Amino acid sequence: MTPSLETKDLTIRFGGHVAVDAVSCAFRPGELTAIVGPNGAGKTTYFNLMSGQLRATSGNVFLNGADITGQSAPQRARAGIGRAFQLTNLFPNLSVLENVRLAVQARAGVHYEMTRPWMLRRDLIERANGVLDEVALAPKRDQAAASLSHGDQRKLEVALMMALEPDIFMFDEPTAGMSVDEVPVVLDLIARLKADTTKTILLVEHKMDVVRSLADRIIVLHNGQLVADGEPGAVIALPIVQEAYLGAAPRARTS
Amino acid sequence: MMILSGDGPRSKALSALLIVIVLVLALAPFLFPGAKPANVAANICISVLLVASYDLLLGYAGIVSFAHVMFFGIGAYGVAIALYGLGASWGALALGVLAAIPVSVVLALAIGLFSLRVQTIFFAMMTLAVAYAFNVLASQLSWLTGGEDGRSFQVPEILRPGFKLFEGDVFGVAISGRVLSYYLVFVVCALLFLVLLRIVNSPFGRVLQAIRENPFRAEALGYRIVFHRTLATCLSAAGATAAGALSALWLHYTGPDTALSFSIQIDVLVIVVIGGMGSMYGAIAGAAVFVLAQNYLQALMGKLSSAAADAGLPLLPGLFHPDRWLLWLGLMFILAVYFVPTGIVGRLRGRG
Repeated sequence: MTPSLETKDLTIRFGGHVAVDAVSCAFRPGELTAIVGPNGAGKTTYFNLMSGQLRATSGNVFLNGADITGQSAPQRARAGIGRAFQLTNLFPNLSVLENVRLAVQARAGVHYEMTRPWMLRRDLIERANGVLDEVALAPKRDQAAASLSHGDQRKLEVALMMALEPDIFMFDEPTAGMSVDEVPVVLDLIARLKADTTKTILLVEHKMDVVRSLADRIIVLHNGQLVADGEPGAVIALPIVQEAYLGAAPRARTS
Repeated sequence: MMILSGDGPRSKALSALLIVIVLVLALAPFLFPGAKPANVAANICISVLLVASYDLLLGYAGIVSFAHVMFFGIGAYGVAIALYGLGASWGALALGVLAAIPVSVVLALAIGLFSLRVQTIFFAMMTLAVAYAFNVLASQLSWLTGGEDGRSFQVPEILRPGFKLFEGDVFGVAISGRVLSYYLVFVVCALLFLVLLRIVNSPFGRVLQAIRENPFRAEALGYRIVFHRTLATCLSAAGATAAGALSALWLHYTGPDTALSFSIQIDVLVIVVIGGMGSMYGAIAGAAVFVLAQNYLQALMGKLSSAAADAGLPLLPGLFHPDRWLLWLGLMFILAVYFVPTGIVGRLRGRG
């Protein structure tokens, strides 16, 4: 099957530091790929290069075979790359519903309509309510996003991506900092997405049990380089992964 | 409610205040006959439009512009040049307005596309430079603009003070060209205010708020924020241009002091803050309070000062001397910002 998302020799330098170093990798629909590696390995930077928040120094990104390296983040979002961020990134003073409704509106392509009130677009509001139901945030729809607990903000972060209905889902540590009882909501959500074989899912995650239960494939980044790629059982057994996750590696700066 | 675009005042006190202001403005020529009250009322109407169009940019889209008075000036000069050059006809007036609005919009488009790609602070600096250049240009091109003296001009006949719509009075007030002028200003400002209210409550307006809140995330959702910001700049410029045209039509005069003075820009900023940023209703409340203070504070202080002098109090007569009215206005502003940072609207909605 042709890859939905692919990078070829993707590289970014910050001054003398090579954060992502010639990473070539292809992701296919129906596959959930976990990206692991120690802090500072370049996982989030690699995500940013694919979803367009950063521009590559060299190398290319392909979406369904088309070169999108030169495209901006909004262009890539409209083309079907959805992104949830590691550091919660919401519209803090807008309501929970409005946060999601804006994503639904973006998905519906309603960008410049200014002749009628937003309230008359019942379809967008209903769809947003539907997404909130999925992430169990419906009872809090009228609160400001900033007033939510950390766990709920993480859920809302995921909800924004869900509302975009992308072909490619990029989760960056979706459960980071969540309390134990909140984690299953997000994991169930990812598991349900996985059932749809047209979707490509990328997941940066530190919790090895999560990775083990969800991933079809694991790639390992280390110092910006792709050092391992394969099915979960084999990759987790690799010394470099053991070192990174069983605490032997020095803690570098956060990725 | 739909005429308010589904965005009501959401507070009884605010609704009451707005109803009073709008009713008084609607009946101003009959409630307060005379030249000064008419000027104050027209000034409030024009300020509402000017401030509302600025709030679209500052309060909704989160963009700071110092060129708003320039767009106001383009409208005022458009009307002045057309009526001065082509004579006092409706055709000339229409031409002036129809020429000024595209000039403003194109200028706004150019500034926006050029500078909003980067950061909004760069846009603010850009608008400052362009507005300053425009100011110099307006006073240098004296063959066109009248230079420092500006241009006095005649308006179409039925708007002239000497015109009578019919013999006799309505509630004791003759329906003169002045009254008709006032209603022209009032109606156009009211209609354009409702248009702005609709725009900020449209899906587009909602995206503006999203961009103000978190431009990075708005982009990640697929919104091209440069276009949204630029479009908001153009709409805001068009609103200011209309306000400028009305101002010129009301004053029968356009000059650097009435149309391009930087103090107008400061007034707009002050009114936005007093009224409440990010709510169109703030423009109405803020403009009413500010323009009233601007026009009557001095007289009020004169009375206070002489009353204090009569009572033989020390220090106070000097403190309330009418010449010091700007000091008190400034003081009131500082206190307002400190104690009511969300403005009149925010306070009345219970968020102050």
